[in-house]
Amino acid sequence: MVAMSASASEGSSLRVLGVVKEFPSPDNANVRTMALAGVTLSVAAGELVSIVGPSGCGKSTLLRLIAGLDSPNSGELWIGDVPIIAPSAERGLVFQDPNLFPWLTVRRNIQAGLVARGVLQEKRHEVDEFLRLVGLDAFANAFPHHLSGGMSQRVALARALINHPKVLLLDEPLGALDAFTRMRMQDEVLRLWQARRTTMLLVTHDIDEAIYMSDRIVIMTPSPGRIERTISVAQDRPRQRSSPEFLRLRGEILELLHFAGNATRDRSSVSPGVSPDAGDGSSGDDRKPPEQADPAAVKQNTQSGAVHSLREALSSRKNSTSLLRHSGLPPG
Amino acid sequence: MNTSVQETNEPVQMAEEKTARAVGINSPAAPRARVRTLLAIPVAASVALVVHLFVSKNQPAPETHSYSAFLGSILLSGVLAAAVQSFSSHLRRWMRHMGPIIAAAVSLACFWEVITSGLRLLPLPYFPGPAGVLQSLIDDRALLLDSAWNSLKLLLAGYALGVAVALVTGVCIGWFNQARYWGMPLLKVVGPIPATAWIPLAMVLSPSPRFSAVGIIALAVWFPVTMLTASGISNTRASYLDVARTLGAREPYLVLRVAIPAAMPSIFIGLFMGLGAAFLTLVVAETVGVKSGLGWYVAWKQGWAEYGKVYAALVIMAAFFSTIMTLLFKVRDRVLVWQKGVIKW
Repeated sequence: MVAMSASASEGSSLRVLGVVKEFPSPDNANVRTMALAGVTLSVAAGELVSIVGPSGCGKSTLLRLIAGLDSPNSGELWIGDVPIIAPSAERGLVFQDPNLFPWLTVRRNIQAGLVARGVLQEKRHEVDEFLRLVGLDAFANAFPHHLSGGMSQRVALARALINHPKVLLLDEPLGALDAFTRMRMQDEVLRLWQARRTTMLLVTHDIDEAIYMSDRIVIMTPSPGRIERTISVAQDRPRQRSSPEFLRLRGEILELLHFAGNATRDRSSVSPGVSPDAGDGSSGDDRKPPEQADPAAVKQNTQSGAVHSLREALSSRKNSTSLLRHSGLPPG
Repeated sequence: MNTSVQETNEPVQMAEEKTARAVGINSPAAPRARVRTLLAIPVAASVALVVHLFVSKNQPAPETHSYSAFLGSILLSGVLAAAVQSFSSHLRRWMRHMGPIIAAAVSLACFWEVITSGLRLLPLPYFPGPAGVLQSLIDDRALLLDSAWNSLKLLLAGYALGVAVALVTGVCIGWFNQARYWGMPLLKVVGPIPATAWIPLAMVLSPSPRFSAVGIIALAVWFPVTMLTASGISNTRASYLDVARTLGAREPYLVLRVAIPAAMPSIFIGLFMGLGAAFLTLVVAETVGVKSGLGWYVAWKQGWAEYGKVYAALVIMAAFFSTIMTLLFKVRDRVLVWQKGVIKW
């Protein structure tokens, strides 16, 4: 196991109750865009929950609210029995960009939280433990720009973990890494989680990552951001990325996000006006299966066809799902 | 003329230097120096010496003696360095870098001597030759040193005061919205007035010219340092502040340990601009009010038409100011060591 004692959970439960968050629109201050439309979510102590969803579904907004960096327009957020009103060292946050302080060495970056809380004297020994935990003791005195992306992200993790947060919020922390580093880092985050049993909330674009790592997966959809469905992953860890159960879950999530397989994706670039979902964009769960789409749509699988239907989708904003289908999201 | 040949040689030599350096960039010891590089200083010094002896034939010996000795010592150390360099890679690297520059400087002095003392192309009391300037420097060294010392005291007092005030105002304007609202208009309106324009007012207001000079220099430093500190602070990346907040940081930490370090590169630009402004204001203040320092010396000697001494003071000023500038660069290199490799220094 790890240097940390793998005792009981350090984590604490998290409840998000009917949270609404609106932002003023960039072009017109009187128009408000709804980023989160009544999100309710509950995470048990020590649980690892992923949030997946396309860009603009409000998952980062949700994380900022939980971190206390923003406040909701309505709704409540609780850590255990304590309401969230401001940022706190209890809720660590790791961004996609490691955001290491470039003027501090690796060691000083990691101990930043201790300095900020004024407990460096008592806890100085932990800095070395965390340096070892993330395997960077040899780089303790290096400045951040000497580190690779994966190393920087490990420092960012250690910097957040040294405060022993009750909840660790991860906003696409591995998004900028290459595929191999990312898989290694997934194991590393899991190892840290298993050692500490911190409650973790992981926002990701990567469906495989979500299935590989989490106890539950929350699927969010945009405009306005809300939770489409929550899926439990019952498999034991370490999980096999090619096991039938893994692939079944993957298919299920892709279908929920309307990316079910290449054939269907091709068909979904429909000719103007004949979107299979036209008219029932309101209820996310019982859409017509994509096979029933107009077969003529297959012909439209060209660049111009896709662009055309994207433009079409943009002009009819109520049909938000067809826009989503053509957005830059990879098929998984 | 020999000098011009010498001078046209320089660029070629430096281009070759560059390729040599590019090839040998990874080798631990500097590669063997080219003969041309080694000979640059001795040749330039010999030419200058010959020209000088020829030009000063019909001048009184004591006026030209020190310059001959000066060129002679350059020649000697050039030859010595060329001989010793094969034993010391440090010296070799230094020579490869500095050889052409020093040779060019000696050639320039030689050219100066030719057009002044030699061909008498420039009117004499105003444009003495290098030998005359060197002699003035030596003759008046006590007063020059004293003036430089007085200038240094005044400069440091004004610069330190200006920077101290500017850092406080800059951080306040950059961080607090209230301070920004009230401070920014003041900064924008009062700041651009050249500090020297306040001299008449300062003379009326202050008890001693020294005191007012410190205030004027501080004002000249205050504006750029405040401006760039405020802009550096307010442009701190929001994500650094967000990260610090989630690490449990309160406002003092956010200001002192996030915003100020993040603003340091910008603050140093302000410090450099402020130093330039301080030099200018110092010399003007000494010329019109303060009765000591290098600025005063220049004005004083000009009044006596001792132009050799005016140039000598300029030489001292150049050495004095560039040394202070270099020191500030060294401080920056220490403080911003984390930027090394990120930006070009």
